[in-house]
Amino acid sequence: MNSGTMDFSSGRKKSLTNTQTELYRHHLQFYDQPPLENISLGEFEAFAVDRLKLLKTVENVGVSYLKGSDQYSNKLVSELKSLNFPYRPDADDRKPQTGPSEHDKRRKDHISHFILRLAYCQTEDLRRWFIQQEVDLFRHRFDELSPQQKLELLNRNNLQYATTSVKEKILLKDELLNSSYNVSGITVEEQDFYKVPFQDALDLVRARKVYLKAGYVYIPQKDIVTIVLNDFRTRLSKSLALTARSLPAVHSDERLQPLLNHLSHAYVGQDYSIQKNVGKISLDQIDSLSGKSFPLCMRQLHQSLRENHHLRHGGRMQYGLFLKGIGLSLEQALQFWRSEFIRGKVDADKFDKAYAYSVRHMFGKEGKRTDYTPYSCMKVILSNPPSQGDHHGCPFRHSDPELLKQKLQFYKVPASGISQILELVKGMHFQLACQKYFELTHNIDDANFSLNHPNQYFIESQKVLGGGKEIKREVDTAQRLQENSATKGSAATREPAADASKAEDEMTEDLDSYFQDA
Amino acid sequence: MSSQNYDSACLPDLLPLYYRRLFPFSQYFRWLNYGGVQKNYFQNREFSFTLKDDIYVRYQSFSTQTELEKEMQKMNPYKIDIGAIYSHRPSQHNTVKSGTFQALEKELVFDIDMTDYDDVRSCCSAADICCKCWTLMTIAIRILDRALRDDFGFQQLLWVYSGRRGVHCWVCDEGARKLSSAARSAVAEYLSLVKGGDDTLKKVVLTDPIHPFIRESLLLVERYFSRYALLEQDILGRKESVEKVLSLVPEDILYLKELQQVFQNEKKPETRWKLVKDHAIRKQVCISGTSKKGQHFEKEIMLQYCYPRLDVNVSKGVNHLLKSPFSTLSLSLLSFEPWTGRISVPMDLKELETFDPFAVPTISQICEELDRPRSGEEDGKSEDAKEKENEKEAAERRRIRDYKRTSLAKYVKYFDRFLDGMACSWKGELLKKSDLQKDF
Repeated sequence: MNSGTMDFSSGRKKSLTNTQTELYRHHLQFYDQPPLENISLGEFEAFAVDRLKLLKTVENVGVSYLKGSDQYSNKLVSELKSLNFPYRPDADDRKPQTGPSEHDKRRKDHISHFILRLAYCQTEDLRRWFIQQEVDLFRHRFDELSPQQKLELLNRNNLQYATTSVKEKILLKDELLNSSYNVSGITVEEQDFYKVPFQDALDLVRARKVYLKAGYVYIPQKDIVTIVLNDFRTRLSKSLALTARSLPAVHSDERLQPLLNHLSHAYVGQDYSIQKNVGKISLDQIDSLSGKSFPLCMRQLHQSLRENHHLRHGGRMQYGLFLKGIGLSLEQALQFWRSEFIRGKVDADKFDKAYAYSVRHMFGKEGKRTDYTPYSCMKVILSNPPSQGDHHGCPFRHSDPELLKQKLQFYKVPASGISQILELVKGMHFQLACQKYFELTHNIDDANFSLNHPNQYFIESQKVLGGGKEIKREVDTAQRLQENSATKGSAATREPAADASKAEDEMTEDLDSYFQDA
Repeated sequence: MSSQNYDSACLPDLLPLYYRRLFPFSQYFRWLNYGGVQKNYFQNREFSFTLKDDIYVRYQSFSTQTELEKEMQKMNPYKIDIGAIYSHRPSQHNTVKSGTFQALEKELVFDIDMTDYDDVRSCCSAADICCKCWTLMTIAIRILDRALRDDFGFQQLLWVYSGRRGVHCWVCDEGARKLSSAARSAVAEYLSLVKGGDDTLKKVVLTDPIHPFIRESLLLVERYFSRYALLEQDILGRKESVEKVLSLVPEDILYLKELQQVFQNEKKPETRWKLVKDHAIRKQVCISGTSKKGQHFEKEIMLQYCYPRLDVNVSKGVNHLLKSPFSTLSLSLLSFEPWTGRISVPMDLKELETFDPFAVPTISQICEELDRPRSGEEDGKSEDAKEKENEKEAAERRRIRDYKRTSLAKYVKYFDRFLDGMACSWKGELLKKSDLQKDF
């Protein structure tokens, strides 16, 4: 998958295969070499989507747990496993295993990383998000390596820092002890110290937290990961800048452009999983709200629900989580779904037996709850396309343009607006189309926000329609809550993540690093 | 020839003379060309000139030493600043596509200015300096020179008297020239210990463990503290000074009262200081897990009074312009501050203890020295003969003879030695480069 040609002579192919075989002999890599092979579009798309899911998990897990804690690691490992990425440093293909081989997993890791580079190099925000998640993922995987494997990784990647001899250590013992408060006598005795050029450890130098001699800082083995991560981060940042320059060539490929666009509209904001305005909305407001403040997808779902007294699973998930996001409590939600369903073919008993469970599940009251945050636009657009009888998905993406036009006319969107929307849809700018819908239905020229999430649509709409201050406070608080801790969530809902009873201090401190600049 | 108020009317006459016959162009070019190891290094260097009537021009650049000379002799700048080496010739920066004209490299520089010490010197203030407070510069040079060499591994350091009230350091190592802005600011912060402005009383706070850098710096401060602070600045002498010092001691009412009483009888500054220190020791012994702050207050006092104060902003920017060595003026003529006309000269650290800023030659002084009758030199005849040769060579030789007859000589000589030191590394680089080319 070379952004240039896709053709190789067989001879050259052989040597390339050798290089890549060499690369895939190791569990963890620095992504210095782009993949140089042919790949089907299907694989291209599948790999990219899987890695995006992985990075999204990295982001969520980093918010919910202390990075490096057991829960954090376990969650990541299980996600890596389920998405067929390498997750065990000591695994190799000598031992037979079911499912994809280790080689295949490493290849997927390699290729998917580079595909996402194409999608995420375009803007400052995207780059920052991508780098942050990749660095966190790398840190997790680096931590899982054995000391020997760590050394090998450093050596393989020209981070060949010399270590101090025993003699030198004894000579410098006092200096080493006095240079850093986290270096003890034992550290000096037992650990190797790496001599790193000071330019590679600027933060430590700036704060004078390390011993510096003749231009080299002396770092104990246990702290070398910081240097490695800095190096990884710097390299990735430079590469993304370079990638951005070759984008025009990539975008001219019609097969790749749509997917890359979708990927790059990926959701990087809050996930509205923590409710603050619980109970602020009463059930009898929903009908009017659906016309005024719901994005088209949810308005559509609501309408179908009212008409058919039923929604299929996909629709229930998308709409149900959205409602949770705007502030419905569990009790309200149960009442809402129940009252609607029993008007249809479902009787009360059946609802309680079959459907209530899944509602409670959405609210974290049943089993474990991994992905049950309100769907972002990207998720709605990219995953689980609706089939016959479904009403979920994104109408701008999934509806036939004629049907979409009719729908918009039915909702009394002015004709000129409709053609603007259809133009955007034609250019595959689905979220922009929805934003345009927002502007037209709210009678404003500029939405003043970048639409990424249905719940964001709702909040922005409520802002415009009045009650601006109150909603803003809620938005701010909601965001702060998101940042602070799941444990601080409202009484009605609890994320199982919050069961991780970590000290608030630790969480906030860790979250600071989460929001650091790339 | 000391710092008298200068007759600014003289400058228009002196500058042409200075640039024609005294300014060490060949050494200057030798320096900034860095052995020709990197292509266009000199050509892409920015200079800025302050001209007559306070006209300031930036983005001056020159292709050769000759062009530099010609232009400078034409423009007769009152002051010269050196900037960065850019991606393109600075004089053509307007023709370059926007965004691509960038500062790439520059020496790592430091600027120590005496005005930053006004809160801790009692002899002078603002632009004034005297031999008493000059010790601060000596201490600054000692501390920074050691740290830049021992801690950071730099070797090619040029210390320059700025001509008025401070010193500059130019770190010319190749690695230093290539440092990013982030790296420069990290170096500057590593070297910073005195923090806070006018409203900060206590500007130095130390916590355990004491980093080896701080320990080394303290050793150097201690060498000068007694004579400089206790004796010359008399910080424990007059009442106001004593109060100022004591305000840096952790609040211990009993102790302070005690001290004030003892000071009534004890007038000798050294003894007073000893008392202050003794209490520090006693306090350290007493501290058992409680507040760790304040246990190094005697060190903090010494550092606050003596440790170098650098302006991080000067060091941080790759494109920051700094006054050039061998430049004359420090400020514009439109301000009414007295200026000295002293040349900005390189300093030989071997003679640091005896360096006297007031003995640094002024432009009028060296111009005057030029006119003195030559002693024991070739007579006019052989000079004429030589002039029949290559005009340029003759002019060059004349100029070399010229500065040698002035007080500028020893500074240029030292500069030559500094350049010789660097030349070894240039040779090595050139060899490396040619080797690589052969290999291909």
